Amino acid sequence: MNTSYAYYPGCSLHSTGSEYDKSFKLVARKLGIELEEVPGWICCGTSPAHSSSHLLSIALPIKNLSIVESMDKEVVVPCAACYSRFKFAVYEMNHDTKLAEDVKEVIGSSFQNKVNVLHPLEIFAQMPSAKLKTSIKENYKNKPLKVVCYYGCLLTRPPKIMRFGQDDPEYPMTMDKVLGDVGYEILDWSYKTDCCGASFALSETDAVLTLTQKILKNAQEVGADAIAVACPLCHANLDTRQTDINAKYNTTYNIPIYYFTQLMGLAFGFNQKELGITKHLTPATVAV
Amino acid sequence: MSTQNAVMPDAKFLKEMNDKIKMNVNLCYQCRKCSAGCPMSYAMDYTPAQLIHAIRLGLKDLVLNSKTIWLCSSCQTCTTRCPQEVEIAKVMDTVKMIAVAEGIKPPVSSVHTFNKAALRNIKWFGRMYELGMIGDLKLRTFEFFKDMGLGMKMFLKGKLKIIPSISPGRTLTTWKIFSRSAKKEKSN
Repeated sequence: MNTSYAYYPGCSLHSTGSEYDKSFKLVARKLGIELEEVPGWICCGTSPAHSSSHLLSIALPIKNLSIVESMDKEVVVPCAACYSRFKFAVYEMNHDTKLAEDVKEVIGSSFQNKVNVLHPLEIFAQMPSAKLKTSIKENYKNKPLKVVCYYGCLLTRPPKIMRFGQDDPEYPMTMDKVLGDVGYEILDWSYKTDCCGASFALSETDAVLTLTQKILKNAQEVGADAIAVACPLCHANLDTRQTDINAKYNTTYNIPIYYFTQLMGLAFGFNQKELGITKHLTPATVAV
Repeated sequence: MSTQNAVMPDAKFLKEMNDKIKMNVNLCYQCRKCSAGCPMSYAMDYTPAQLIHAIRLGLKDLVLNSKTIWLCSSCQTCTTRCPQEVEIAKVMDTVKMIAVAEGIKPPVSSVHTFNKAALRNIKWFGRMYELGMIGDLKLRTFEFFKDMGLGMKMFLKGKLKIIPSISPGRTLTTWKIFSRSAKKEKSN
């Protein structure tokens, strides 16, 4: 099994989602996975690019993938939005020859479209369960948190393009399996792949409150102690808006939102500060 | 019979759409799965299925001036569930681009203003510099106090970087990509 990957953190993992970056690196090292950051990486363009220019929205990820090609490795992309833009770009380059020519001209470098784009969950899910289980710190097994896994929109949809771990696009299980293997009690719920409002965080904030409120409500109803996420936008919308939601809907949500890598890190015995758990706006520190 | 007040379809619009998205929206048979699954349809003026139907009828003005296109969150639920494989989320993006190119003032201006601020930011820094983008956004929307408390909390938690990560080489890369792709799109 390949244990060395090119690593594309993306903008959020270097700022608002820095705890995802930190915790992913710690967990990866613990599991013997080597990460080499893509030198000189640029933004993937995210929603503003794909709603403004088709060519630009493909050229930005492909520029990054052209750098990865020179590293001769598969690339791992933890941010669900970046991961989605990379997968879309690869798909379009394979299916639209005219566009592919234009993109190569725009990025000014050669591109063979040979890079495999992976999400950390795909890598962890391929590992033998025993390897994950043996990494758990001895005394952590006693008090498992009850967790619901929130995949959001972009990891699995549209399946024709994403092919996320061969998982079901409407009812994925990859994160459930990984977090279950490291000792958490995984609960079934109905909002695994519902939308949190994503990039409307700053523009149409009210929509974000409406959508995230439904997600928090269902998580609470099934008795979850925490929600696990795999996307910095989902994390921001769910973690930072609970006060606003409580004010708007007269509720008392106080549900900790963790990156799945933070939960893995906790189980492996890393301390909460190094996993960035103290940086959340909704208190998330646990008694270990 | 007078047709003075009738809605006049624009046949060219349907063709333009089909050409741009490289698929045939006529495949839609109005099952409305897209609208049933759409998380944002509650706020839209036309449901996704209505918008697709309007495109097929050539109702260009209605489509380009709709709130719907700006309120699509690109969650891809519609595209995933469409039994006819119409890529509805891609249609939404394409209509936005046509509306902007035709100089139409977006009825949901916040989204368009955000997109522009974010793209300027990416072009200048090569990577998103969030604090800079928020500042840019505030100068243009005059909503200086919106989310001020939240911003402060995030800042105190160390979630917002004060100093952007600047690299001249990276800026040059994104400048080139932005200007070349704008030029290329104009010539196409």
